[in-house]
Amino acid sequence: MKKMIPFLRSAGIRRLGRGGAEAPRGLKPALHGPAASRALVWVGVFLVMGALAWTQTRSDIKLILKGGTVRKIALPDFRAAGGAAPLAAVFNQTVFDDIQRSGLLEPAAKSFYPLNPPQQESDLRATPEPRPARRGAAPETPNCGGLCLSDWANPPVEAAYLGFGYLAEQAGQLVAFGHLYTTSVPDVASAKAFRKLYNAPMTEEGARRLAHEYAADILKQFGGQSLAGSKIYFVSDRGGASGTKELWVMDFDGQDQRQLTKFNSVSTMPAVSPDHNRLAFTTFAKGQPQIMVMSLETFRYLPFMNPQASLNATPSFTPDGSRMLFSSTLDGRYTQIYVANADGTGVQRLSNSRAIEMEPKVNPKTGQDVLFVSGRGGGQHIYRMNLDGAGVERITDGTGEAANPAWHPDGQIIAFKWTRGFAPGNWNLFIMDVASRETAQLTHGAGRNENPSWAPDGRHLVFSSNRSGRYQIYSMLPDGTELRQLTHTGNNTMPVWVK
Amino acid sequence: MKQRTIATLIVVGGLALFAAGCKKKPPVSAPPPPPPVTGTTGRGPAAVIDSFTAEPSTIVRGESSTLRWSVSNATEVTIDNGIGTVPATGSRQVNPAQTATYRMTAKGSGGDAIAAVTVAVTTPPPPPPPKAAPSASLEERMRTAVQDVFFDYDRSEVREDGRATLQRNADAIKAIFNDFPSAVISLEGHCDERGSAEYNLGLGDRRSTSVREFLVQLGVPEPRLKPISYGKERPFCTESTERCWQENRRVHFVGVQ
Repeated sequence: MKKMIPFLRSAGIRRLGRGGAEAPRGLKPALHGPAASRALVWVGVFLVMGALAWTQTRSDIKLILKGGTVRKIALPDFRAAGGAAPLAAVFNQTVFDDIQRSGLLEPAAKSFYPLNPPQQESDLRATPEPRPARRGAAPETPNCGGLCLSDWANPPVEAAYLGFGYLAEQAGQLVAFGHLYTTSVPDVASAKAFRKLYNAPMTEEGARRLAHEYAADILKQFGGQSLAGSKIYFVSDRGGASGTKELWVMDFDGQDQRQLTKFNSVSTMPAVSPDHNRLAFTTFAKGQPQIMVMSLETFRYLPFMNPQASLNATPSFTPDGSRMLFSSTLDGRYTQIYVANADGTGVQRLSNSRAIEMEPKVNPKTGQDVLFVSGRGGGQHIYRMNLDGAGVERITDGTGEAANPAWHPDGQIIAFKWTRGFAPGNWNLFIMDVASRETAQLTHGAGRNENPSWAPDGRHLVFSSNRSGRYQIYSMLPDGTELRQLTHTGNNTMPVWVK
Repeated sequence: MKQRTIATLIVVGGLALFAAGCKKKPPVSAPPPPPPVTGTTGRGPAAVIDSFTAEPSTIVRGESSTLRWSVSNATEVTIDNGIGTVPATGSRQVNPAQTATYRMTAKGSGGDAIAAVTVAVTTPPPPPPPKAAPSASLEERMRTAVQDVFFDYDRSEVREDGRATLQRNADAIKAIFNDFPSAVISLEGHCDERGSAEYNLGLGDRRSTSVREFLVQLGVPEPRLKPISYGKERPFCTESTERCWQENRRVHFVGVQ
């Protein structure tokens, strides 16, 4: 995950003059020296990110990341018999989606696969010697119908890796045997990356879990962190009375969407504690907007003493989970940033301005610097300060409006929304290297794109967008690929992705 | 003719005779009775009125008062005003329509005694006008008399048009507070959809607070004005047009009993 940062930096963030098709100015200095070699090794090994190019449209600078040399993996469908048979489709689709979503590997199109893929190790045959070419003809490719690794390495599949296996029912449990082989190694024994047995209950849920685990093991071979088990908390207006919003949670892939609050009011702006067992949010359940905290273990409400103010909102936790930052009108005039213990006691004021200040976000790595949104310069922009309130500086450049800062798990990069180049309200997502202030634009005017949140793997983003009419939640890689719509009913906003 | 004249004379003559016959000499008036003897002349004890009260002595018309008395040595006790002869000791409820004086006469063989009490009757005040049942509900009064105030994008200062509105609102709100002594008014701050939902919470609060400050300067009691920011959570209008955005950038007044 850390290794993504060089990518993000190199993805970075070069600008072209507005004049025309000027060539990129070569690689950034950051790609030289030790850090650079690490980065290059990373890129070299995993071949994730390819060429990077800027093009320019009339109205806006646009970043295009090309994923040209991503390695392909062949994932022939697992077959299943008996009680496991109805679950095979869910399993296969989930594995395929997880691998594709990762951006680390590209699943090869299934229509090119040989008809007889292996199901277990003993099915594999050694790659036959190529027969000597006849005069005037190209050497014939040996073909064993899918049982040789070369069948997968050669055209038309051209996959560098092969994942195969089967599902079975064993003592009422669903069992999967999963394998991963490198297709370019002729010796079957040394081509094996792993073989593993997976167990789960005999349900669709269980099949999905097995698939996530198997996909995670494959991705682990490529340095990818699994997202399996990670959750996305969000706000939805579905179901309830008109004008109400409740907090919901779903799996990272949009499965298993569940309602958490039932205030029949507006409850919004969720934040999850670093240990993932508390959910803080802003609610109108008692009239004026106030903060509430819910245990994610018991789903009961935990005590939080709101300051006596007309507004207490946008809570977030410090990385050690012991304290909470939030915005409050405790001074009676302006919404300012405050810090308190996790139960709301011991309130201290952090910011001090005659302006609206919201959305404090503590750096998850250092626990020291705080990003927040302030109108102190006119219009909303992102600022940084120390946890003691000193050293305030604006980090967005002051054009347009900027808000919704979200720290990357590494504590160096942020994602945020910005109206640069667009009318107020037409938000696009950007990333910024906080140290250098370099930015890259991730969305380009398709609807309003808001509230980005990084996945625990640091490689994916989740956000809300009304590009298709209503607000829905999407996940994607920062280069805009692997875009997935995760919600489909009602309006869904403010996603927060946690482990 | 002659006969007629004769008849007339006869009638006149008759009448004259009749009139002369009816006239009587005034009768000789009887001599006044001798003055009552007050001293004890050996004819027995004189009557004594020990007490004669009216309780209460002042009543509102329609109410009653109780006369109590106690008389000794009386052969006959009378109270006027239509009560008549009463026992020597007793009580009687009276309900005079207007102030009345009750005079008691106690006759005794040795002399009479007289006492009087007055029961004053006051007229009741006119009934209060029927309870000014608030002619309009709080909600209705708010709707008709108090107008919302509108703002510019990302601003919380009251605009020129808003000041005029707030001047009128201040008077209306004071009158409403007068008629609804327990009412509180929520100042709901709203924003258009373009700003961040988070930032708009702060902005809505600023709008409510600046309206409150303005009203307080005009003498509206601060504790009865409650700011509440809805940010962009409860829009009045959901289209993405400037007309609609302007509709949503407002402070909306809601009366709460």
